[in-house]
Amino acid sequence: MTDTMAASSEPLIALRDVTTYFKTPRGLVRAVDGVSFSLERGKTLGIVGESGCGKSVLSKSIMGLLPKRNVVRGGSIKFEGREVGQAGANELRELWGNQMAMVFQDPMTALNPVMRVGNQITESLIHNLDVSKDFAQETALQLLTSVGIPEPSRRLRQYPFELSGGMRQRVMIAIALACGPKLLFADEPTTALDVTVQAQILDLLDAQQAERFMAMILVTHDLGVVAGRADDIMVMYAGQAVEKAPTRTLFAQMRHPYTEALLKSIPKLDQASHTRLDAIGGRPPDLVHPPTGCRFAPRCPYAQDRCLQEAPPLVSHDTPGHEFACWYPVGTPEGAEALAKNQAAGIAATVSGGN
Amino acid sequence: MAGTGTAHLREPGETLLRVENLVVEFPVGRSGLKVNAVTNISLDVREGETLGLVGESGCGKSTTGKAIMQLPAPTSGKVLFGEHDLAALKGEELRVMRPRLQMIFQDPISSLNPRRKVEDIIAEGLNIWNIGTEAERDAKVNELMEAVGLDPELQRGKRPHQFSGGQCQRISIARAVATDPKLIICDEPVSALDVSVQAQILNLLEDMKARYGLTLIFIAHDLAVVKNVSDRVVVMYLGKMCEVGGPDDLYANPRHPYTAALLSAIPVADPSVKPSERMTLGGEIPSPVSPPSGCRFRTRCPRAQERCASEEPQMQQIAEDHFVACHFPLNPGETLTNSTEAFTA
Amino acid sequence: MSVSGAIAPNIQLGAKIKVEKEKRKRLGITGTISAVWLALIGLSALLAPWLPIPSPKQAYIDLVQPDGNAPFSTSGHVLGLDGGGHDMLAQTIHGARVSLQIAFGAVMFGMVVGGFLGLSAGFFKGKVDRFISTLFDIFLAVPALILAMSLVAFLSGSSAQSGFLSIERIMMLALGIVATPPLGRIARASTLTWSEREFVMAARAQGAKNFKIMFIEILPNVLPAMMSIALLSVGVVVVAEGGLSLLGVGVNFTDKPSWGNMIALYAQTDLQLHPWLVFTPIIAVFLTVLSLNNLGDIIRARFDAKETTL
Ligand SMILES: Nc1ncnc2c1ncn2[C@@H]1O[C@H](COP(=O)(O)OP(=O)(O)OP(=O)(O)O)[C@@H](O)[C@H]1O
Ligand SMILES: Nc1ncnc2c1ncn2[C@@H]1O[C@H](COP(=O)(O)OP(=O)(O)O)[C@@H](O)[C@H]1O
Ligand code: SF4
Ligand code: SF4
Ligand SMILES: [Mg+2]
Ligand SMILES: [Mg+2]
Repeated sequence: MTDTMAASSEPLIALRDVTTYFKTPRGLVRAVDGVSFSLERGKTLGIVGESGCGKSVLSKSIMGLLPKRNVVRGGSIKFEGREVGQAGANELRELWGNQMAMVFQDPMTALNPVMRVGNQITESLIHNLDVSKDFAQETALQLLTSVGIPEPSRRLRQYPFELSGGMRQRVMIAIALACGPKLLFADEPTTALDVTVQAQILDLLDAQQAERFMAMILVTHDLGVVAGRADDIMVMYAGQAVEKAPTRTLFAQMRHPYTEALLKSIPKLDQASHTRLDAIGGRPPDLVHPPTGCRFAPRCPYAQDRCLQEAPPLVSHDTPGHEFACWYPVGTPEGAEALAKNQAAGIAATVSGGN
Repeated sequence: MAGTGTAHLREPGETLLRVENLVVEFPVGRSGLKVNAVTNISLDVREGETLGLVGESGCGKSTTGKAIMQLPAPTSGKVLFGEHDLAALKGEELRVMRPRLQMIFQDPISSLNPRRKVEDIIAEGLNIWNIGTEAERDAKVNELMEAVGLDPELQRGKRPHQFSGGQCQRISIARAVATDPKLIICDEPVSALDVSVQAQILNLLEDMKARYGLTLIFIAHDLAVVKNVSDRVVVMYLGKMCEVGGPDDLYANPRHPYTAALLSAIPVADPSVKPSERMTLGGEIPSPVSPPSGCRFRTRCPRAQERCASEEPQMQQIAEDHFVACHFPLNPGETLTNSTEAFTA
Repeated sequence: MSVSGAIAPNIQLGAKIKVEKEKRKRLGITGTISAVWLALIGLSALLAPWLPIPSPKQAYIDLVQPDGNAPFSTSGHVLGLDGGGHDMLAQTIHGARVSLQIAFGAVMFGMVVGGFLGLSAGFFKGKVDRFISTLFDIFLAVPALILAMSLVAFLSGSSAQSGFLSIERIMMLALGIVATPPLGRIARASTLTWSEREFVMAARAQGAKNFKIMFIEILPNVLPAMMSIALLSVGVVVVAEGGLSLLGVGVNFTDKPSWGNMIALYAQTDLQLHPWLVFTPIIAVFLTVLSLNNLGDIIRARFDAKETTL
């Protein structure tokens, strides 16, 4: 796989130092704190991280779905070269559907419960593309067929609650695809679903992406979900990107201790029963008062004094296109030394205490 | 699957819990139809063992767990716990058995009363059964909170909304362990949690099992999670059993087509495994109101033959501690392919 | 509007609702005014006999002008006098005493009886539910005012000889019975949803008895929904008491003034000539109902069960 992050052609979407802060009575919540990436058509970016690390806020920032009040936004978001970073919901409305669309984690809350599935699709088509009602209905039928819904004409007349979770997610995808977007956002599209249905939905997203030559951003907390499907992966922690690389590079030369920890905490099929899992101890930091220095330091098995004082920058080192923010990266002599030092000092590599 | 039979059950004397031919049906409104949520499930658990129960959502895992707890009692079947048949007990007789088996629920939020303090939630069983003096109960709550990784000093008086999902699940575990139960049924305790918290809770469950000498029934739809905690695994589909066995052989050599399909659907954190090369199960789980005849899996099974529609497969031994309910089980090492045309009757 | 467009406003609406909710929790200016008004009216009603105001029965008939006019300026009578020479301030305060006593008593009755019935119906379901729900439906099928009238008639008829129930008590009971089904229905609906929650199953698994589950686990979660309806009902009962007086079955004005019978009387006798006489009790009722609604909202926002989201 080639290095898509630094590709020469004009990216479809490019973020620079995007920040999103929420003003709350407790102080400023730094939900997204300086994220940059760019993505071309036809490529998939996987965004991975624990709950609360800012994945959904980042998606909403790009889609302009955040409330205006008590939100401080910074940085630049360029969509096809056009700056949309500060644009509000009204300005972005023309982009939604036409240019970018979103598939949400919980299909039940994202679908209108009192509107027939068919109408939800046709309404979008009629509004966005100004087509006739008949044409919209025809297209809706085709869309449902293409997302693999059996008996599509019957389903068009049903309400969301009459459909199973997987079926609802297919409808959401059909709606998202209705106007042929160039960018598709999928925020944990399968977290609410079973493994078998999850596999079906991910396959469907893959196929549609290839067919329509869309760019796709796949948000998830499971590295397994993006491993075979994303071209590039961005790992987020506490509102920041900590490691960014083409998927194969990331898995082959994992550098950031957090990425490693995330991967290790997943139970694997080839492990024997009762293998103790390498859980990441503790919990993500308070985003009102994030730690100075490296934000992962309180939970990092490699952490040294330097990590507590200086925040590591996100830069590429040996391999171009592979960026990470760490002073003592995994798989380097410095990292090995730091880990050995901590282990010798008796600091448990992974504390599975209170989360 | 669609399997029935009790060939996989062990000697009654060896086990702590023995469930025979459990059936749970729910009426569908007043239509006279019924949801066949659980049909003829049999399973058993040895003391100190963890039994994993896997299957897609809606296949009757929770219903099985709740029927064992008698919440509500099953439509028919035996739930032998020690020398008692729980399904035959009523009222006070059943109530006194309650503290001996406990349950941990999937939704960490729904399973804690938002208006009660953590200490009251954990002490509930102790208070109901008047176990120990007030001071002893207090000390027990502190001990339990420490055991599950919460800080008694700071967190006793808080209410559930002040905790994260993972912490709420810790509170549930402490509550379940409080009355020294023998058996705990964990109904998808980690499904609502993200991977890092999931690992913490799975480790915690193993610790608690060792510390309090627990026997577990662990329900989940994630096969990797089930493998990690289980000594024996039961695979369910649409209210019936498919395959039973020790995790090592069952995962290495799945014999039932459904188990094989489930295994291949798991996302692997390895980019060299292309998902498109794996077999994915098409279609959806049929309605339990009118399940398919014969083998209930036949509408989605790539190996289905005519016999599968007419005759229900029985649980049969296929290897050492490995049982399968299928007319055409896979051979060890054989893989399921998408290319096989599904038989449609 | 695109689909995302259709969804986006919902999300923003969600955020807005959250902000609104936060705002509602604070007392704010209207909340403060409401609280002050209720405190004022409540305290003066409680302490009416000891306040430096004339007795409501005292008639300053000589201050009333021949045309029946009794201007505000009349010295010592801040709100003036009515046609019979009674001090309006005293009437209003003593009226509050009667009206609020009836209203709070009736709602309390409705809360306890309706709450118990609703909780039982929602908790036990099945036959118990069908019986109680049918009972509620029957009571709700009769127009409220007619039901109240017949109850008052029935109760005063049966206690006439014994004199066991004062007219206030009779009103309280009658209006309380009328308030029971709506409050009971809220309790039932809320119990139905809360008893589906897994913590109820967990309590049962611990061996908790029904009584404990109903009153310790479920009731505290059901109360807030009932409370906000109850506060609304206080306002409705104040108005209903007036309605009954208008129909001549309430508390008698010459015995005891209440807001209801004041409105009824003055509307019949003085509306053309001295409209302010009617407006005084009407404004008192209006402010009280408004304040109760307002505080009800704030209380509900405060007591809404807080729950984490994953
Ligand atoms: N409207 C808001 N006001 C204040 N803080 C907020 C708001 N929305 C989100 N946050 C905070 O921003 C942080 C990031 O939240 P976000 O929803 O992006 O997490 P996530 O990575 O998507 O997690 P999950 O995996 O649970 O979906 C969290 O700490 C959250 O509490
Ligand atoms: N109380 C109930 N009334 C009617 N149907 C029910 C009830 N509880 C569960 N079911 C049905 O029984 C089947 C099995 O459900 P459940 O045990 O919850 O599945 P799982 O836990 O495996 O996801 C489903 O079809 C479900 O809809
Ligand atoms: S080694 Fe230091 S810089 Fe690297 S992740 Fe750990 S704490 Fe952060
Ligand atoms: S081969 Fe037949 S019996 Fe076996 S699982 Fe498939 S349908 Fe069922
Ligand atoms: Mg999210
Ligand atoms: Mg379940």
